Formats: sequence, C-alpha cells, structure tokens
Amino acid sequence: MQGPTFMNALIELRDISKHFGEGETRVDALREVTLSVGAGEVVGLLGPSGSGKSTLLNVIGCIVEPNKGSMNLDGEVVYANQWLRRDLRRLRLEKIGFIFQFHNLLPFLDSTDNVALVLHLAGYPKADARRRAMDLIEYLQVGHRRHAMPAHLSGGEAQRVAIARALANRPRIILADEPTAALDSERAGIVMDLLRKLAAEQQAAIIAVTHDEKIIGRFDRIFRLRDGRLES
Amino acid sequence: MNLAFRDMRHKLGRFVVTWLGLSLLLGVVVTMAGIYRGMIADALALPVSIDADLWVVQGGTNGPFAEISRMPGATREMIARIHGIVMAGAVTFQPVQIDHAGRRLKLEVVGFEPGRPGGPVNLTAGRGITRSHYELIADRKTGFAVGDRLELGRDVYTVVGLTQGSVTASADPVVYMTLQDAQDLQFDLSPPEARRETARGAERADTDIVNAVVARISPNIPVEAVAADVRRWKHLSVLSEAEQEAILTSVVIEHARHQLGLFMGVLTVVSAVIIALIIYTLTMDKLREIATLKLIGASDRTIIGLIVQQALLMGVVGFAVGTALVWSAKDRFPRRVVLESTDLGILFGVVVVVCLLATALAVRVAVRVDPARALAG
Repeated sequence: MQGPTFMNALIELRDISKHFGEGETRVDALREVTLSVGAGEVVGLLGPSGSGKSTLLNVIGCIVEPNKGSMNLDGEVVYANQWLRRDLRRLRLEKIGFIFQFHNLLPFLDSTDNVALVLHLAGYPKADARRRAMDLIEYLQVGHRRHAMPAHLSGGEAQRVAIARALANRPRIILADEPTAALDSERAGIVMDLLRKLAAEQQAAIIAVTHDEKIIGRFDRIFRLRDGRLES
Repeated sequence: MNLAFRDMRHKLGRFVVTWLGLSLLLGVVVTMAGIYRGMIADALALPVSIDADLWVVQGGTNGPFAEISRMPGATREMIARIHGIVMAGAVTFQPVQIDHAGRRLKLEVVGFEPGRPGGPVNLTAGRGITRSHYELIADRKTGFAVGDRLELGRDVYTVVGLTQGSVTASADPVVYMTLQDAQDLQFDLSPPEARRETARGAERADTDIVNAVVARISPNIPVEAVAADVRRWKHLSVLSEAEQEAILTSVVIEHARHQLGLFMGVLTVVSAVIIALIIYTLTMDKLREIATLKLIGASDRTIIGLIVQQALLMGVVGFAVGTALVWSAKDRFPRRVVLESTDLGILFGVVVVVCLLATALAVRVAVRVDPARALAG
C-alpha cells in the first residue's frame, strides 16, 4: 500500500485519531493529530492530564494502534489506516529508544547489563554488546557505577543509565515519558542538556512528554495537547 | 545473557527458601518410590535367601506367603524322590512377637532342616545350626548378637549365627531355627492344656506339619518338567521361583503399592500446584519488568524462556536436593528405601513435565502484558 509522502522528518503523523470504547463510553484520546519532528530536534509534548499525551507517545512507540490516519517513522510508512509492519517489536528494537519517568531498569541486571540487554536482543555478539554498553555508560558519566545494581543508583544515575539503554541500539527516534519528573532542577537540567547533545550528535528526533515547567525552555519546539487535539 | 539466572541470583534468598520447600516435597515423592522398591526388595528377600527352584505347597493355594499352606511333613520325602530334584527341605513360617531387652520385637520364625534348602544361605557372623534344639540364626535387623539368649514360647534359644537381608514383606526380621523347634513352637500345647486333653481321652495331635517344601532342581532338568510331575498329585500345588516372586510382588504388596501410588500422585499434583503458584507469583511481581522488556523489543520467546527456565531450574534443583537428602537419610528410615536409577529417571521426567505444565498460567499472563504498562506511572 502506498502511504502518504513525508519529507525530511523522522517522525511524521497525519490526521492520527484514537478512541477508546464505543457509544456512551467512547473517549476520543487523539483527534486528527498531525505533527512532524525532524532529525536533531528535541520537542516537548505538554498538556494537562487526560489530554492524550501518553496515548500519542504510545502510538508513536507502536504500542497502541490508532484508529485512523498515517504515521511514518524514519522514512518508513508504519501506519496508514492499518499497521503496515507486522513485526512492531523489531521496529521498536531497531528504531525507537524509550526513556521512562521512573527509569524502569531491570532490577536483576547491573548498569552495564541493563544497557547491553538491548544489544543482546538485537543480536549483537556478547563482547561487542558489553563494550558498547560500557562506552555509553562512560559517555553518560556513570562509568564509576557500571557494576552497580539499579537499587544502589541515585535517581540521576539511574536515569542516565536508562538513557544509555535507550541509546544503545543507535535509534533514530527517542521517546521520553517525563524524563525529569523524578529529578531535582540541577539533575533535570543535566538530563535535558544530554538529550539535546544526543539529538545533535546522533541526528535523532526526540519527543519528551513533560509537565516539568523548569525544562520547558530547553525544547526546540513545544506541542500542546488539549482534549486530544494539538493546539500548536 | 540469561535473564532467568540473573533474576534468580538477584532474589536468591527467596529462591533458596522455595528450593528448600520444594526439595522436601519432592524428597517425599522420591521416598515413596524408594519405599515401594524397598517393599518389593523386602518381599523378595526371604524367598531369595532360601534360594529354591520350586515351592511345593498345599493344593489350590498360593502359599505360603500369600495364604496359609499346611501339608504333612512327610511330603518332603515324597518330593525328594521325584526325578530331577537334587535336594528338598521342609519349611515352616510363623510370626511371633517377643519382648527382649526392654523392647518389643515382631519376628518371622522360619523352621528348616539344617543341611537342606530352606535355611539362610549366607552367614555374616557366628556359625550355622549344629544342634537339634534351641539354637537359632537371626537377621542383623533383630539387633541380636551372637551368644544372645531369648525366650520363645516355653523355651530359651541361643543366637549362634547372624545373617543379613532376611526380612518379610512387612519388613519384619527373620530368625531361623530347626524345623522340629519351629513345629514345637507352633503346635505344642502348654502342660496344663496337654494334661486336660489327656484327661478327656483325646489323642495327641500330629504336629509334623509344614507350610511348604522347597526344592532345588538339577541344572540338566527343566524346572517345568519337574513341576509337571509334582502337579500330578492333586493335593499339592507347585510354584516356580519366578511365580513365587510374581505372587509376592503383585498380590502380597498390592494394597501398599496402590497406597504409595496414590500418595505419589497426590504429592506430584501438590508439587505442580506449588510450582505453578510460585511461578505465577514471581511473574506477577515482574509484570512491569516484562512490560519494559517487551517495550524495548524483547520477543515473547525471550519472556517465555525467562519463566520456563526459572520453573525448570526450580524443579530440577528441588528434585536434585530432595533426592540427595533422601539418599543421605535413607538408612535411617524405619522401612527399607531402595532408590533405583530407573525410578529416579522417570520421576525426573515427571518433574520436568510438571514444571513445564506449571508455567502455563504464568506464561499466559506474561504474553498478555501490554508494553504500555512500562510507561504507566
């Protein structure tokens, strides 16, 4: 099937709608959302609770199927009124990195293995996976904590390890859900600087959902959602 | 990177406690199998120690272990004359209970004719019976020592020899004495009873009764041919060694076999339920991690592998530790426990299958976990 044509963007959504339930219980989480994010861009997704931010992030992350519209990720038409790729798991593995509000590191793996796991899943040889994981951890300035278990990391350290994990497979798209919510102002600033640096160096598109007023000024652009509609 | 192993190492204390419980449970299953094999070994111990090719018993019976068999003592002479029989001996079997050295003992008294089949084949201490009366050979399980004296009926016997492995199907140790002593012990009346019988003019009853005649056959003559000759006497039945063993293993311990089988089945089901509950609980505790794994691109196969490997590791370690515990303690059990590699192999296979089945519920929950759960606050 021929999808819509998008130019110079890593994330392109056109008229994406998503509703949950039917009849009286129907909730329109997204209404004809159209947006695009280019390589190297860091954009913020703002909006009150229930405005559809998480649903939008889940749609872009290929976790939730929209009801209509078109979606193009890294030059590939992924959705055009139906999923066009069957193997969405592989798509997530190859193209998308996720950063969570509460880091979501696996508690039974140390910092290095949490990062190496993504590469292991992608089929990297063990030694290569560990080498790249350690390089990333060093790059994110938590090399001294490379053998620490997540329970022994501070909030900032854990978030940096989580970012390392998100970057491990060199994804072109990074989706962050409240990446600084659990951090103080100083550490939030450090994380945002880091994301901007990564976006620039790796030419990745970053979308971060946030409520955090202290980092709003650090985005290239802001998308605001209200009642499932994009305001700007 | 083995996620199952890493998770178990992370929660080692929890897994160790689980292993311990499972080991004890599976140890009981292994013990049941061992007791069953021990019962068979015990049931066969006496006929094996007597080492007869043919058992001649009362006609129409499966005696002397499965049911009562009584024949005149002269039957032995009759049997001994049959072509092909090298040696024959008359035997009696009688359970007795005695109090000795402050403890109550249940014994099986075997009466035999020294120098003929029916007595113990191997002695581990002392000597064989050389006198006609008041000597006996005891199995070591009785706890007797050579030179011990014990009262049986109205007489005192001296232990002159010890043997090993002579027990009944109910694991009671055997003592051997001369046929004459055994018949006296079984049939002689006490003096007041004898005087009363004499006073009322009753004739003294013939006490030359035996329970079976055991025979050894010439290696050049087929056992079945000799058995066919014996069967011509309608008042006698004859059993080969194999038939006697079949009766003992199938008839005599049949109920015990069913009971043990039932216990093993119930315990296996209980083990399965426990493993299933543990695996289910562990999986429910990991739903967020499973969601994260799915979100970052782990396949269902990876997640199922995590659950199945943990279940298998739990079952295998539990089985190994349980078996090792039983192995180290088996000689302290009140009944003989015989662990056979075939039984252990079958049980191991059952444990593996049970572990795989037990993961079904947890796997079902895990594959249904929505990756979006990882993003939820």
